[in-house]
This record gives sequence, C-alpha cells and structure tokens, in this order.
Amino acid sequence: MDILELLKQDARLTAQELAVMTGKTVEEVERVIKQYEQDKVIAGYSAVINWEKAKDDIVIAFIEIRVAPERDRGFEEIAKRIYSYKQVKTCYLMSGSFDIAAIVEGKDLKEVALFVTQKLSTISGVTSTSTHFVLKKYKENELVFEEEEKDQREAIVL
Amino acid sequence: MKKPKDFIRSEVEKTPPSGIRKYFDMLHGMDDVISLGVGEPDFTTPWQIRESAIHALEKGRTHYTSNNGILQLREALSLMLHQKYNLNYDPKDQIIITVGASEAIDIAIRSIAGCGDEVIIPQPCFVAYKGCVNFTGAKAVPLQLSEDNCFKLTVDQLEKCITDKTKAIILAYPNNPTGAVMTKEELAPIADYLSKKDIMVISDEIYAELTYGMKHTSFAEFENMHDKVIYVNGFSKAYSMTGWRLGYVCAHRDIISQMIKIHQYAIMCAPSFVQYAAIDALKQCDGDVINMRNEYDARRRYIYNGLKNIGIDCFEPKGAFYVFPNIRKTGLTSEQFCDRLLMEHKVLVVPGTAFSDAGEGFFRATYASSLENIKEALKRIERFMKTLK
Repeated sequence: MDILELLKQDARLTAQELAVMTGKTVEEVERVIKQYEQDKVIAGYSAVINWEKAKDDIVIAFIEIRVAPERDRGFEEIAKRIYSYKQVKTCYLMSGSFDIAAIVEGKDLKEVALFVTQKLSTISGVTSTSTHFVLKKYKENELVFEEEEKDQREAIVL
Repeated sequence: MKKPKDFIRSEVEKTPPSGIRKYFDMLHGMDDVISLGVGEPDFTTPWQIRESAIHALEKGRTHYTSNNGILQLREALSLMLHQKYNLNYDPKDQIIITVGASEAIDIAIRSIAGCGDEVIIPQPCFVAYKGCVNFTGAKAVPLQLSEDNCFKLTVDQLEKCITDKTKAIILAYPNNPTGAVMTKEELAPIADYLSKKDIMVISDEIYAELTYGMKHTSFAEFENMHDKVIYVNGFSKAYSMTGWRLGYVCAHRDIISQMIKIHQYAIMCAPSFVQYAAIDALKQCDGDVINMRNEYDARRRYIYNGLKNIGIDCFEPKGAFYVFPNIRKTGLTSEQFCDRLLMEHKVLVVPGTAFSDAGEGFFRATYASSLENIKEALKRIERFMKTLK
C-alpha cells in the first residue's frame, strides 16, 4: 500500500510506522508527506466523528444550489462565496440538475434554515436552493457507523 | 462386550486432535484477549460475492449441482489458472469443485495412498496433512525443514526421505505456518528430480494469491511434472471466504475420474449457491483480492519489524498471513511460551508444535488481524519478553 492509502485509513500512523509498512526509510516518508502537504495532495487530517454518539446535538443538511455562472469566472467566484462560510463543511461543483452541493452543519434545524435563507440564497448568482436534512449517517469516509457484531463463534480449530 | 470406543479404528484413535484446540479452550471465558490464533482473514467476504449468493438463493438455485461442480465455475477457474499460471486444465474432466481445499486434500490423499504407502510431509506444515494420511492407513513420513534454509525444500532433504514405498509428497507454498515461499528457480530442481521418480505431488496452493513482492509459481507449471501434480486451491484465503467452504482440485483426467468417486459418494457436490457466488468472485473481485493482499503486506511488514524491535528472532515471511518467530532464546518451550503469553498477557498465538515437532521453539501468529490488534499484541509481547530477562 502506498502512503496515501495508509494515511487515509489511519491518519495517526507515524512516519516510523509508515516507513515499516511501505518498506521506505523514515526520512523518505517524511519528505514525501511534506511534499504532499505542500502540494495540498494531503489537504488536512481529521477524525471521522459519529456526532450522534458524541451526544452533541448537530443538524446536517445537504443543499442543492442552482446558480447563474458569472462571465469569465464561471462558478468559482460564487462557489467561493458559498464555501467561505464556516457553516459550509463540504462544497462540490456538480453535474446534473443543480450546480453546487453544500453540506451545512448547525446546532438545530432553525439555525440551518436561517443560514440557508439569509446567507446562501441571498448570494448574488444563486438562483435557487433545495435543502435536505440528514436523518442518519450510516457510512462516512469508508467507515460504517453501526457497531460491529461481536464474534459469537465457539472455538474454531484448524 | 465391546465399549463404543473399542469400535474406533486405531488409525483414528492414535491421531491426536489439532494442537490448536487447547488454546481455544483456554480462551473460553477470558476477556480482553487479542487473538492472533485463527488462520483466517479478518475481512468479511466482499459484498459483491455475498450479494451473488443471495441472488442465487432468490433465484432458487438450491439444488444439487453436477458432482464436479457447475461447469461455468470450472470454466472460469480453468481460464483463471491459465491466465495466471499458464496451467491447462480442461474444465470438463480435470477439475472438481470441493468443500474447501480441505476436502480437496483429503480426497487427493485418499485416492492415491493407502496401507503400505508412504507420503512425505515437509514440516512444519498445516495441521491436517498428517491426520488425513494417517486415516488412510498410509504412513506419514516427516521431512524437517529448517529455518536456516528459510523453510524451503531441497532435493537433498527429499532424497533422504524417499523409499520404494513413497507414493506422494505434499508441497505447500506459500506455507502455513512459516510464511515461506519458493521461487520458480528454487522449485525447478525439485521438479527435475521428481520428474524422474514415480511419485505424485499434492500441491496445496491455497495461499497463492497472498504472495508478497513476487509472482507465485505453481508447482504444476513445470512441464515435466504437469501430469504428476494434484493441484489444490480454494476461495477461503484469497477472497476471504473461509466459512463458505469452497475449494477445487485439478489433476490429470485419469486421476480426477477416480477421485470424483470419493467426492461423489462422500459429499455429492459443493453447495450450489456458494458455487454461483464463486463465479462472480472470479469474474469481478480481482480488485478486492489485490486490496486485501496490499493490506496484509503492510501488516506483515509491521509485525515482522515489531517483533525484530522487541528482540525476537523472526524469519521474514513472504507469503500467507503468518509470522513464525523463533523463541528458543527465551529458554521456554513453544507451549510454555504460548501458555504464559495467553495467561499472563492475554495474547493468543499458537505454539509451533501444533504444526509438527519441527515447530518446537517457534510460535505462529497471524497478521490477518487489524493493525490496532497487532500493535496492542506487540506491546503485550514486549512486556512479556521483559519479564523473561
């Protein structure tokens, strides 16, 4: 496996551990990671948190945004105005029936609704929004949130 | 009057149960144990394969299949074996789909060995070979492989074990429990030598897909041995399908036509929906196999290095998913070491002696376990090693 795949699975792996697992030297691993960070190949490191379990109330909404692209700058300028809000956790340019997808987090329904109506939909160039609230997360970043079944097998001998 | 146990054949009675048994019994009722014991992938079968089995059940594919197994599956296997190892087995009469590679080994041995015959078994090795040979009434002849030679087989060693009665030899590379592999260049002299002898080779290549950093060579690839090899493989390890029990055996048609009788009378056929799922495994899951292999490889490097850092001597495994460290320095026997590691530090590994006497002074640990488990196990083993100094 290469360094990126290993880090994607567990960002806490140390350079020493990565070196062992990839057969490279520690120096080489450090150099490669540094380069990845500089080039923004690795954009950051964060834990995948199941907020439901953390008992911290949080509301997540998936928002479809239609925009009228600006001359010369296309979608970039509008996207920037959208993703610059700290409430917007994820932002994609999409193909299909809408243009920009934003994942927004807030402490309750009202907060998210207000943010969409007062901030997002008033951005010049945004023609319409459609808000979908997340009811439950099953899987994120390849991690399944449901607890695994405990191994109930009796002794296996082979 | 005879008691029930007096009816048991002496060959069965004399064969001890698997040495791994004891550890799983000890484990019972203990909490917080990290098990690097069971030799099976920690990955669940890829969803695509599970979904195929569900689909087969929904379609009502619940009947017997032909004794040899579904032709479509045999064709897919034949193609895969040709593409990967340049082996040529006719799907019509040279392949039997079995209930795990275990059945394949059993029927292979039963079809060629019996009373008065000898079967050479290089050791340390998978626990079942000796038992399967014993049950037929044939004699299992141990051939001790040495760590100094990376647990590889040599012509010299082989020569010393061969007698007029030698009927077969069981080859198993990549090897359980040692993780040893043999390259084409290393196998060639063995093939040359055996091609001039009237000896069959049962080649158990269940770990073929788990070969790291090099291409696996099948013993059946050697032209001069092709007709004298009984090739055994299965889906358990490569596709993480241990519980499905699906294997296969390929050989010369004159062997298969006889072997099929044992399979027919004892088993009838491998489960039908499992066979259907296996077709999709072969056709669609190469990517999963590669991903799992890469993952094992990273863990292999981690555990091998971890053991070395603790100061445990360990031969570098190049295949399967086991490390086989040498613990002679500790002055403990394999069993003492493993008993104490389990009771005092709650890590389950298997003593080398479970894999024949040649395993004394070693233990087997599997790295088909999460990195988290491996890390914690290494910490505990390190603590244990410190108490021994």
